[in-house]
Amino acid sequence: MSVSEKDFLQEVADSDYEYGFVTEIDADTAPKGLSEDTVRLIASKRDEPAWLVEWRLKALRHWEAMRDDEAYPQWAHLHYPEIDFQDISYYSAPNSKPKYESLDEVDPELLRTFDRLGIPLQEQKVLAGVAVDVVMDSVSVATTFKDELAKHGIIFCSFGEAIEQHPELVKKYIGSVVPSTDNFYAALNSAVFSDGSFCYIPPGVRCPMELSTYFRINQAGTGQFERTLIIADENSYVSYLEGCTAPRRDEHQLHAAVVEIIAMEGAEVKYSTIQNWYPGSLDGRGGVYNFVTKRGICNGRGAKISWTQLETGSAITWKYPSVILKGDDSVGEFYSVAFTKGKQQADTGTKMIHLGHNTSSTIISKGISAGESNNSYRGLVKINPKARNARNFSQCDSLLLGDRCGAHTFPYIEVQNSSSQVEHEATTSKVGEDQIFYCNQRGIGEAEAIKLIVNGFCKEILAELPMEFAVEAQKLLAIELEGSVG
Amino acid sequence: MSMLQVKNLHVEIEGTAILKGLDLTIAPGEVHAIMGPNGSGKSTLASVLAGREEYEVTAGEVMFLGEDLLEMEVDERAREGVFLAFQYPVELPGVSMSNFLREAVNSVREHRGQESLSAVDFLRVMKEKAALVELNPDLKKRSVNEGFSGGEKKRNEIFQLAMLEPKLAILDETDSGLDIDALRIVADGVNRMRAEDRSFLVITHYQRLLNHIVPDVVHVLLDGRIVRTGDSSLALRLEEQGYDWLKEELATPA
Repeated sequence: MSVSEKDFLQEVADSDYEYGFVTEIDADTAPKGLSEDTVRLIASKRDEPAWLVEWRLKALRHWEAMRDDEAYPQWAHLHYPEIDFQDISYYSAPNSKPKYESLDEVDPELLRTFDRLGIPLQEQKVLAGVAVDVVMDSVSVATTFKDELAKHGIIFCSFGEAIEQHPELVKKYIGSVVPSTDNFYAALNSAVFSDGSFCYIPPGVRCPMELSTYFRINQAGTGQFERTLIIADENSYVSYLEGCTAPRRDEHQLHAAVVEIIAMEGAEVKYSTIQNWYPGSLDGRGGVYNFVTKRGICNGRGAKISWTQLETGSAITWKYPSVILKGDDSVGEFYSVAFTKGKQQADTGTKMIHLGHNTSSTIISKGISAGESNNSYRGLVKINPKARNARNFSQCDSLLLGDRCGAHTFPYIEVQNSSSQVEHEATTSKVGEDQIFYCNQRGIGEAEAIKLIVNGFCKEILAELPMEFAVEAQKLLAIELEGSVG
Repeated sequence: MSMLQVKNLHVEIEGTAILKGLDLTIAPGEVHAIMGPNGSGKSTLASVLAGREEYEVTAGEVMFLGEDLLEMEVDERAREGVFLAFQYPVELPGVSMSNFLREAVNSVREHRGQESLSAVDFLRVMKEKAALVELNPDLKKRSVNEGFSGGEKKRNEIFQLAMLEPKLAILDETDSGLDIDALRIVADGVNRMRAEDRSFLVITHYQRLLNHIVPDVVHVLLDGRIVRTGDSSLALRLEEQGYDWLKEELATPA
């Protein structure tokens, strides 16, 4: 490896996190620790109905039992110190005012925060055709284009508003895909979740714009526990994107989210994530612990759910966006790029559970590791005995930048029906010195060469992102790669 | 001034001497061929000129248009006008030919103080040059060398040569693995690129390429040194009689 290539890889590994600033803003933060009182406090902040408080408490009891049994999920290829769950505040809201009537009332400091993040909240400035919901710490602070969407019968609002205004929908679907007892972190989220986004698309409606939610952790010592629920009724279509950032802090911050998607007969949901939580410093100080449960169900014939993710942030990433293919002829897709550097660790992948006939799933995962990071793909393809003619194609490619990082693949395949067809391909490659030499010999410098090669490696995934965000994703990847260059 | 002047070049790889005092001078506009048996050091010479780092230069100098070539980084040499047509072109999955070449062409142009080509001009030039080597114009969407046949890869090298318009082009066994039609296409492409201010160093095993690209000078490389220099008739004799006669002559003191 040439000197300049080493330098470049060092710069990649050292690259700065440009969203690491802290917003000085008044916040209403709950005392640290988790108990029944904490749950009741969160529920009372938002006047929640009794059934939901009960639902939360049931989740809390389940979580407490797991905690007491030390039943943390320990199977992932991740190493981190034990989390002190009593040392975290489970609720923080910017400003004492829980919800704004209009953007004029929003603290200008908060608007500036999102301007710096490149997320314009004023509707006249919003990217053409993108509605945005913004969640800072524990609450949703703004949702744009609500009226426009309402004309089509589309509900797009914060989870808190949905509980108030559409309790029947929330009650029917919350926990229907990810039960509150599903796993340790889903149980934790179910007990203390505070806000998030809610979306309902009525039958036959094609959502006319991209919907997106931006999540921001700001307050120190707090966790973020948002919940997203998307219901696409029969023959509807929606494309949804979430983005995430957090300030640079020396202590770790916990993020445990739950996303549930229900796609009814003939409906299609495309869910894209650009995850850029603070990854921690180079020597592993600080950074977000990201434990997320995302799952969708194709709940009718011909439904389709597609997950696309670009994961560049977080000290620890633990997430497996999954699809339950219940309806016949339903389709599940998972497209992922995970980029790790420094001491970041990612254990991510998907589960495709085939229940219906003629169901098909596609998994394409691209892991890129730099610095001393570790990047694992973990996936399950399960074909139920009754799933006739199910098909799956999986492809997992890993790219190593430098020689101190790791790439790992843990594919699990359970086939219980002999008429199914399952394919798995995996490759691991190092950005070859031959490839860089070839580029150099054409006059292309080291940094540009590595960018070209990495972008080429991720191309088919980035192409899956909605247009508006593909550019953003490419830019983010370039910043990650560029490090302090330029 | 010479295009290329190599003096007493000694090169080792992992402690084994490969080139042992090579001298070579190429004037602008000339086409030189280097022939030699396997292991004589032909590809090592190409690699050292391009700047591959696993080769260690232990003595000698290489001047390119009066500048010390060995002091330059690989990409700097390329921008200064040294082009290597690879014997085994490398695949770059997912990197489209148009992105790759735009990056390459514009970095070379920037180095020469020229403006970047507009997208429209770039595509026009690409189409034009692709025709030189009969490459399908839809090639711009394909990934660099990925899924290319052996012949396409070699034609792609000459296509890139035409795009980058180097001053010194080194062809490292570009003829190996080509059928007779592909050989003709590649040679025609090279011939059309011949110019007064452009030199070629053609490294080959076989004389047949030199039927199509007629060299001004032919060198024989044996055991790390150039042992004989002549005109194209030297290549013909090697084709007919092999290298043994030359080895014998060299073993007999004059």
